[in-house]
Amino acid sequence: MNSLNKARKIVLAVGVGLLLAAGVAACGSDDGSDTTASGTIERNDANSDVSLTIGSKNFTEQIVLGEIYAQALEAAGYDVKTDLNLGSETVALKALEQDEISGYPEYISTALTSFFGRDPEQVPNDAQEGADEVNSEASKKGLVVFGPTPFASANAVGLLSSKAEELGVEKVSDLEGVSEQLKLYGSPECRQRIDCLLGLQENYGLQFESFTPVDIGLRYEVLDNGQADVSILFTTDAQLGASDKYTTLEDDLGVLPSGNVVFMTSEAVVEKAGPDYQATIELVQENLTEEVMQELSARIDLDKEKPDQVAADYLSEAGYTG
Amino acid sequence: MGRAPASLATLSDDFFRDRSGDDCLSNDGLFCADWAIRNLERYVDPTLEHALLVLVAVVAGFGIAFGLALLAHRKKWLAPPFLAATGILYTIPSISFFFLLLPLTGRGALTAIIALTAFSLQIIFRNVSTGLANVPLDVREAARGMGMTERQAMWRVEVPLALPEIIAGLRVATVSTVALATLAVFANGGGLGSEIVVGSNITFKTGIIMAGSIAILMALLFDGLLILTGRLLSPWERAAL
Amino acid sequence: MTVPPLAFLGLFGQAWEFVFDGRQAEIGTVRVGGPEQVLDLATTQLEVTLLALGVALLIALPAGVALGHFGRGEFLAVSVGNAGRALPELALIALMAAAIGVGMINLVVALAILGIPPILTNAYVGIRQVDDSVVEAARGMGMGNLAIAGRIELPLAVPTVMGGIRTAAINIVATATIAPLAGILTLGDFILARNVYGDAGVLAGAILVALMALTFEGVLAGLQWKLTPRSLRDGRVS
Repeated sequence: MNSLNKARKIVLAVGVGLLLAAGVAACGSDDGSDTTASGTIERNDANSDVSLTIGSKNFTEQIVLGEIYAQALEAAGYDVKTDLNLGSETVALKALEQDEISGYPEYISTALTSFFGRDPEQVPNDAQEGADEVNSEASKKGLVVFGPTPFASANAVGLLSSKAEELGVEKVSDLEGVSEQLKLYGSPECRQRIDCLLGLQENYGLQFESFTPVDIGLRYEVLDNGQADVSILFTTDAQLGASDKYTTLEDDLGVLPSGNVVFMTSEAVVEKAGPDYQATIELVQENLTEEVMQELSARIDLDKEKPDQVAADYLSEAGYTG
Repeated sequence: MGRAPASLATLSDDFFRDRSGDDCLSNDGLFCADWAIRNLERYVDPTLEHALLVLVAVVAGFGIAFGLALLAHRKKWLAPPFLAATGILYTIPSISFFFLLLPLTGRGALTAIIALTAFSLQIIFRNVSTGLANVPLDVREAARGMGMTERQAMWRVEVPLALPEIIAGLRVATVSTVALATLAVFANGGGLGSEIVVGSNITFKTGIIMAGSIAILMALLFDGLLILTGRLLSPWERAAL
Repeated sequence: MTVPPLAFLGLFGQAWEFVFDGRQAEIGTVRVGGPEQVLDLATTQLEVTLLALGVALLIALPAGVALGHFGRGEFLAVSVGNAGRALPELALIALMAAAIGVGMINLVVALAILGIPPILTNAYVGIRQVDDSVVEAARGMGMGNLAIAGRIELPLAVPTVMGGIRTAAINIVATATIAPLAGILTLGDFILARNVYGDAGVLAGAILVALMALTFEGVLAGLQWKLTPRSLRDGRVS
């Protein structure tokens, strides 16, 4: 195990080194159209006999993240396949544990609450602390996570703005007493997650008139159609930024924790893939702020572009690929 | 909640697009023709995957069903069990079939193809059987009378005469398989279904209409090709097809 | 992804447990599966199927019989059948959910649309194939159109007509399985929501759906046998 720790330290050092180099280069130039050479991914032919399969969960943000990582790793010389749109976190974790995929992007909050049984209040506010905590748990399964993305996302209780005004609700706890007449729609796994319906029921004490599971992709449609009074949305959704049509309620009791994304993979894969694996992933996610993620999601959900194209555009516009 | 990004400067401001305009997409129109025309390319791969799934399934289905029908034609007692077996395969919904195969072939194109092949068996089997059975007795006897062996009679006389019925069965099977192959996405088999239910496609009406229309056009195309093939192979049959 | 044989049997064992006992959900403290949920979803699927089949019959059967009786509209009857076969069910359900909305009525309408073509076409073809001389004889006896259609033509056309109804039923049951995409929970939920029910649930769902389809088909086959006039019963490749 000693050599593994050593390898990890080297990887970390290289990663940090690259980040510092990129940071220095960025700070050094001011004009917006900069494509700093130090941020470009270098193709390393030694990686070509390493085969990686990048997975993702089943909604837009996850799919584009998977594409970004996959294309970046390909640029770094790896032999990459994708297996995106796997399903929810339990399906993705299982695929990882059974070696069907090499890794996938997971939210710190989801990993801690869904996999490792933490309560929502126990999710750390600091992203690095959260990543470290995930790592200490994940290592028990032979898994490891890389550094966190700049952006974080959370589940959110959403309504049409007109409905929210009509009910006079601004915070989730305002729904007390009102929720019994409201129809809630969410993803199938929402029923069993503490940062979703389960938490709303147990921690907020809310009972809804009904809960209908629908595909995550329909979360805005059901509000538009009047089927749902309340729908579970994501704070980084493009639709929220695009117009005032939808409102999300403030999570005053902290039941819906925010989580940065960490790339979850296995120690075995890290070892066989070499230092470029972690370094590349942490490099290309540097620019993924909430704003940028929302823009990427918007290109897919609103402009109806293909995720692989959007990922490719991001990588080239940010100067990671030539 | 995040740390300050080290190199935000590498993304210029015009990375962020202006979506304040009012157009078909932002109004969530039923069918946005201009988008469709600009984005035809994204349907190429799914269409090719779809066509491949259908072709392999129909060819395999035809091979198996034709063989079964020939056997049943020789040994009549085989007909009812074959009919029952293919009937069961036909009745089981494809999506159920995909996952019954889960422990055996897992997720992927192979699983989808096996399920689609199983679906087509009964249609083709029945049509081939009926076609062969409908060859008049006196024609068969005439062939034997001319000195042909059973096998020669079968391939030179009976099968050609049964061709219209066989082609009819192939047409029904192919058209149905094209429609059914949209479900292959659930078995991770790709195809046009991925442009219908993956990610945010599921709310995109224009996309759904595009994918569905391509499937329908593909069905019509294959149907037409089969009609032509039938005419070519049996020119003595007029307009029966 | 190769699973050794015992594990294969193991999955079936888990599926059995899933149906009769229920199990802990993949995550969280919810229990899923078990006889009540299975019965609930199966009932919904049955309801939706019967409703849609009923609507399709109401529309397509009289239309097909009438067209066949008067010998009109061959092009329409046959084209509708072909078009129906080419219609991808997934696109229909997804479009309905996206364009009109999620809900029971919408779903039943969409499913009925799938059931109409085979019933219409087969009713037309079946009635048309009835021997003209029989119809003439009936007319000679003074029977009117309705009587002829109902008491002479329809019984003689039972095999073909029922064939169409059975095809429609299979289409509808199969598509009702993906109804969860449109918010109506049927047995297909076990198959589609793998996150909640696990692979055991998926397999259990697949088996239950197959059983439901086969049972439905069996019932209809029996019905066909009962309704077929004795004179037609022998030598029929059903």
